[in-house]
Amino acid sequence: MFENLSLHELQIYWWIIISLLGGLFVFIMFVQGGQTLLNELSSNETEKTMLVNSLGRKWELGFTTLVLFGGALFAAFPLFYSTSFGGAYWVWLAILFTFIIQAVSYEYRKKESNLFGSATYEKFLAINGYLGTFLLGAAISTFFSGADFRLDDNNFVYWTVPTRGLEALLVPQNYLLPFAMVFLVRIVGGMYFINNIDHEPIRARARKMIKHNTMYFLPFFLAFTAWVLFKDGYSYDPVTKFVSLVPMKHLFTFIELPWIGAIFAIGVVMVLVAIYNAAFRAKNCCIFTIGIGTVLVVMALLLNVGLNGTVYYPSVYNIQHSLTIQNSSGSHYTLAAMSYASLMVPFVLAYISYVWYLMDRVKITEDEITSSGEHHY
Amino acid sequence: METLSIELVDWSRAQFALTAIYHFLFVPLTLGLSFIVAIMETIYVKTGDVRWRNITKFWMTLFAINFAIGVATGLIMEFEFGTNWSNYSWFVGDIFGAPLAVEGILAFFLESTFFAVMFFGWNKVSKGFHLFSTWLVAVGSNLSAFWILVANGWMQYPVGMAFNPDSVRNEMASFLDVALSPVAVAKFLHTIGSGYVIGALFVVGISAWMILRKRNVIEAKRSMVVGASFGLLVSIFLAISGDESAYQVAQHQPVKLAAMEGLYKGEERAGIIAWGILNPEKEIGDDKQEFIGDFEIPYALSFLGYHDINAFVPGLDDLVFGNEKYGIEGAESKIEKGKIAVQALTDYKAAKKAGDETAMNAANVKLQEYMPYFGYGYLEKPTDIVPPIALTFYTFHIMVGLGMWFIVLFIVVLYLLMANDIARYKKVLWLSIISIPLGYVAAEAGWIVAEVGRQPWAIQDLMPVGIAATQIDVGNVQLSFWLFAVIFTGLLIAEIKIMLRQISLGINGGH
Repeated sequence: MFENLSLHELQIYWWIIISLLGGLFVFIMFVQGGQTLLNELSSNETEKTMLVNSLGRKWELGFTTLVLFGGALFAAFPLFYSTSFGGAYWVWLAILFTFIIQAVSYEYRKKESNLFGSATYEKFLAINGYLGTFLLGAAISTFFSGADFRLDDNNFVYWTVPTRGLEALLVPQNYLLPFAMVFLVRIVGGMYFINNIDHEPIRARARKMIKHNTMYFLPFFLAFTAWVLFKDGYSYDPVTKFVSLVPMKHLFTFIELPWIGAIFAIGVVMVLVAIYNAAFRAKNCCIFTIGIGTVLVVMALLLNVGLNGTVYYPSVYNIQHSLTIQNSSGSHYTLAAMSYASLMVPFVLAYISYVWYLMDRVKITEDEITSSGEHHY
Repeated sequence: METLSIELVDWSRAQFALTAIYHFLFVPLTLGLSFIVAIMETIYVKTGDVRWRNITKFWMTLFAINFAIGVATGLIMEFEFGTNWSNYSWFVGDIFGAPLAVEGILAFFLESTFFAVMFFGWNKVSKGFHLFSTWLVAVGSNLSAFWILVANGWMQYPVGMAFNPDSVRNEMASFLDVALSPVAVAKFLHTIGSGYVIGALFVVGISAWMILRKRNVIEAKRSMVVGASFGLLVSIFLAISGDESAYQVAQHQPVKLAAMEGLYKGEERAGIIAWGILNPEKEIGDDKQEFIGDFEIPYALSFLGYHDINAFVPGLDDLVFGNEKYGIEGAESKIEKGKIAVQALTDYKAAKKAGDETAMNAANVKLQEYMPYFGYGYLEKPTDIVPPIALTFYTFHIMVGLGMWFIVLFIVVLYLLMANDIARYKKVLWLSIISIPLGYVAAEAGWIVAEVGRQPWAIQDLMPVGIAATQIDVGNVQLSFWLFAVIFTGLLIAEIKIMLRQISLGINGGH
């Protein structure tokens, strides 16, 4: 089946999967958002523990999605894997460090003799929530702004500045997406709590928080969108592979491939509707609306930067070294073989949804958290 | 391709070794304990005996403490090929990335999704579904071990690919050859076997401590029965899979085998050195004694390596300098062929730039002919193919020796449990406790044999570590090395303290 597709069709198929994974990952980062809200949404230790336990049942999904994201990029677009991870060394390591300290914090926070004390593990969660999200936003932003690398004739990467990726923070536009993401994940985190915890004081605080954070989220998100749509985009000729700058390339992609534009628009509307329903109409249902909306928005942005002859990882050192889905992908054989493995993705999503439903149909309550017979974080 | 500075390569290797060694402190217990816990829960569901439920929950808590740090230390492994071995990642990413991605899709989600049910689902889902989830966590973690070991096995014995001079990388030609390579399968079985043994040692050792302390004695004995029975089965399995692993090494990495055995001069009907002290003054090619003292089992190495007691086993001297009588090619000739391959690649690129198709074809024909020696083109002298001998030799013998000891221990413990008077045998109980860290020593030693023993190769014969690392100022890697060292050490201390506290709280005392 897949082996009959052309190499370019397989590259598009895999870019769509990568975009979907990227979208799912940003959605599941509501866990990171929630981690920044532990003090803000609780008034005592029990409430804080309710929040931690609510997130504690989901954090591994995000972690796993991050790992899969790395593995899928390695398999499908190995030149990106070697160029960006090897090149932007410190950005990626910093992101990974924040996830490493996250992974132990849920299990160890309330355990006796945990060496560092509960407060430290809570700080670890906050660091992962703020810094991890922020830096990931900065890393994704370089898909649009570019990075300082060149490739030799073996396709081996050389980073042209010694800051190894941290220089992205010297570009003012690269702050728009990180801030937008931090506020977004806090909003989604709040909606997750509203849905998952049956405790009115927490729900009330979460609604208030969502209102406030939306006021910060919107300007950053709109500024980021405007920057992307109206900036010059890096475009390549599919035959000659020559890369050039094209005014408003990303805007034209939304117009030329309207289905991507539609995904983006639907996603934005779903996010806004969810915020309105959760914050102003006091509904508890909105995690899925905002979740799907987030997946669609992020997916559309990644599709935009990868398809329609667009460079997805520009080199600002020499734009002819930029990465496209055509010059950075795995071979036809590997992409086709991997495509069979990708058929498992709907099945995986199905059992995750089923288990989510099973586990969350009974909401977290104060009684559950204070009872001694249960496993708690 | 240019050779990177030795300092950079060594620090990159040191960081990989550090993170891998830390990660593998936690992985084996996850592999082994997940099955033991699943067996315990099965007994609970079958018998309905609440005591079994408490036993299951106790070991599950310890499992979770270990699992969390295993996940934390595992994350970096997924990305470190890119961050620190980017040249490698490009050169073989078309093959190597696939098992990692499949691991994510097939295994990690299974683990992480059902882990939540295993820990928080006791009162939320049915007994049967909970048990099913516990088994799925065990299956998921073992499945993930399979895929990562396929990737590792491929580095030791690259198969199922072809070199593409246009993209300057190896490209996959057969997924099945990669996934079912005999080296990968042997490696998988031996590695999960080591995990099962560590899981069993952990349960037996901690149960022994409880019996000594006269706490939860009934539960501890029950746990011990499960641990020791499982342990005996899997430690025998570990020995068999170890034999298969060694056979594969003999077939595909004869230099590693010679280093493992301290064999300098090859011989027919070669024996195994059961134990020996290497002569530190011995050099490749000289006539000095190999050992200061040793004890040899005759014929065993020929049999182990080639399943034939009369077979010739090449030694390091033969492999470095060649041995015409037995048709063994020396490293010097391989280095020459490697240089031809490297030059052919350069010629190919030049011809391509000039648009000269005839020259391109000619260069490509030569390149493909000499490609099996490509990596040798980056070595300087024949002795470069020899890994650190002492480290490989001693770690191999420590691993094997401890493996034998574990079989004895499980037999003794199981026998005494059957006789129902193990509490009287305090020495055996103490030996069981001491054997917990020994399990980890054996497992890490095994990895040192596998990874140090294959030096100088990142990919056997194709890419030496000297050209595989990321081009980066060494100071960056030194800094990240120490950051990992500090963070992982801190987390390890926290983990051990929490674990000890939970154990001392005993069954029912924890949560």
